[in-house]
Amino acid sequence: MNTVMLQHNKVTLALHEVRPGTGRPLLFLHGLGESAAAMSTLAVDWKGPVWALDFTGHGDSSVPAGGGYSSEILMADADIALRHIGESTIVGRGLGAYIAFLIAGARPTLVRGAVLLDGPGLAGGAIHATSNTEITSGGDRTGTTPDPWALIELSRDARPPTYTTTFARLAVSGSGIADPIAVTCKVAPPWVEAIRAEPGVMIDITLQDALDIYASV
Amino acid sequence: MTPETRTYPGAERPARSYRHNADGIDIAVYEWGAESNPPLFLVHGGSDFAGTFDVFAPLIAAAGYRVVAWDHRGHGDSEHAPLYGWDADIRDALSVMSAITNNAAPVIAHSKGGALMMQLADSCPYRISAMVNIDGMPSKRRMPDVPDHDQSRLLADSIGSWLDFRHEAAASERKPGTLVDLAQRRGKMNPRLSIEWLEYLVTIGAQQDADGWRWKLDPTMRFGGFGPWRPEWASLRMAALNMPFLGLLGTIDEPMGWGARPRDVLPWIPSSGRLEVLEGIGHFIHVEEPERVSKLVLEFLS
Repeated sequence: MNTVMLQHNKVTLALHEVRPGTGRPLLFLHGLGESAAAMSTLAVDWKGPVWALDFTGHGDSSVPAGGGYSSEILMADADIALRHIGESTIVGRGLGAYIAFLIAGARPTLVRGAVLLDGPGLAGGAIHATSNTEITSGGDRTGTTPDPWALIELSRDARPPTYTTTFARLAVSGSGIADPIAVTCKVAPPWVEAIRAEPGVMIDITLQDALDIYASV
Repeated sequence: MTPETRTYPGAERPARSYRHNADGIDIAVYEWGAESNPPLFLVHGGSDFAGTFDVFAPLIAAAGYRVVAWDHRGHGDSEHAPLYGWDADIRDALSVMSAITNNAAPVIAHSKGGALMMQLADSCPYRISAMVNIDGMPSKRRMPDVPDHDQSRLLADSIGSWLDFRHEAAASERKPGTLVDLAQRRGKMNPRLSIEWLEYLVTIGAQQDADGWRWKLDPTMRFGGFGPWRPEWASLRMAALNMPFLGLLGTIDEPMGWGARPRDVLPWIPSSGRLEVLEGIGHFIHVEEPERVSKLVLEFLS
């Protein structure tokens, strides 16, 4: 795989070209604790180039000291990748599914369809106020990927349905695509359950069928 | 170059200052009062720094406390971190506090610091013996006159603008100016505070470079105005607290305040606590009336 290193503030992101192609790129976003390398084995029929991003603190991307992760920062990671490869269709797994969904709402003219797959980090944390535990050290694995702070913070970030449905509506109103989100997940945490009921969100569809639809957009 | 300085009546720089490593983030810590005295923690608000306690902290320390404050990551003299987050701020706080004591200690916290400490008190009640929350009790706010479709457009603009900024964040820097320029800029956010106080703050919270003064606050810390966090979550935590609790609320809304009114906050005051409403005072209650507030606080703690 060819790899491009991109700067996101103090973090260096690794964006891998899984395979070349002609046409609109496909961008893979991995699950929590996974990496672009693991995601790159996903079998899909797509004519354009296929890229895979390592999120902050994952894979070959750098590890920031002291944590402070949020899904919104990872959404900005995806935006950095999109600026490099241009208008794309996105497939996200687990946490990457949530990020694919967020960036589809945030950059509706750049994201030409987002397909959401099951995977680690899909659920996130609570949807209301919770109590933290007293943890002040990332432990012996500090500084290595996957960053322990990423695993802790991104497995418990809040994803209230009222927040996520707003992104679904932004994707629909801004993309000009009838159904810009495709949910293939079997697991439906509250945020997924909420967006499945939104107009513009396809359900009961396979990954390849969704990609075939987005390829023709 | 000899840095310009300012003094302010009653303001005292800390007796001790040092660095603390909070799991890789270098935090600037300050102490007023004798090291052998019982510890008490002072927590500043968002976009602020511990030097804003330079009048208030000595008044608390004079009552026999070891007053400990710190600059949050990215603020004041603490390290500009790669990432920022609510839980990370709480974790840094726990790291600093644990280095001072593992026993419960009183906490006085302002604005965002108050909301952070309510979360910490909720999750680690064994860490906090009493809490004073100075206008850090956010409540649910709405934009009642803005139709839904306009709110969606505002949100889309807000997210797009924040994402655009992330592309340029690495090269961003604060605008330089004279000491007076910076004080006047901050005066727009703190319209009730005197220019003498604001100029004093510049000499602590800003650095003098060859081309002028710049606030030390990390320029990459630009908040998006969006996110999943809901202000009313702080209220839910406040209601659950079981330690002695004193809430202080001014009645004049300011740009850096939460806009909470007594009637919004009162239903959530814990059964162990009380709310004092200070008429005719803004968001920086302890800066506007340090002696009155320190007296109230010390009576409460006694």
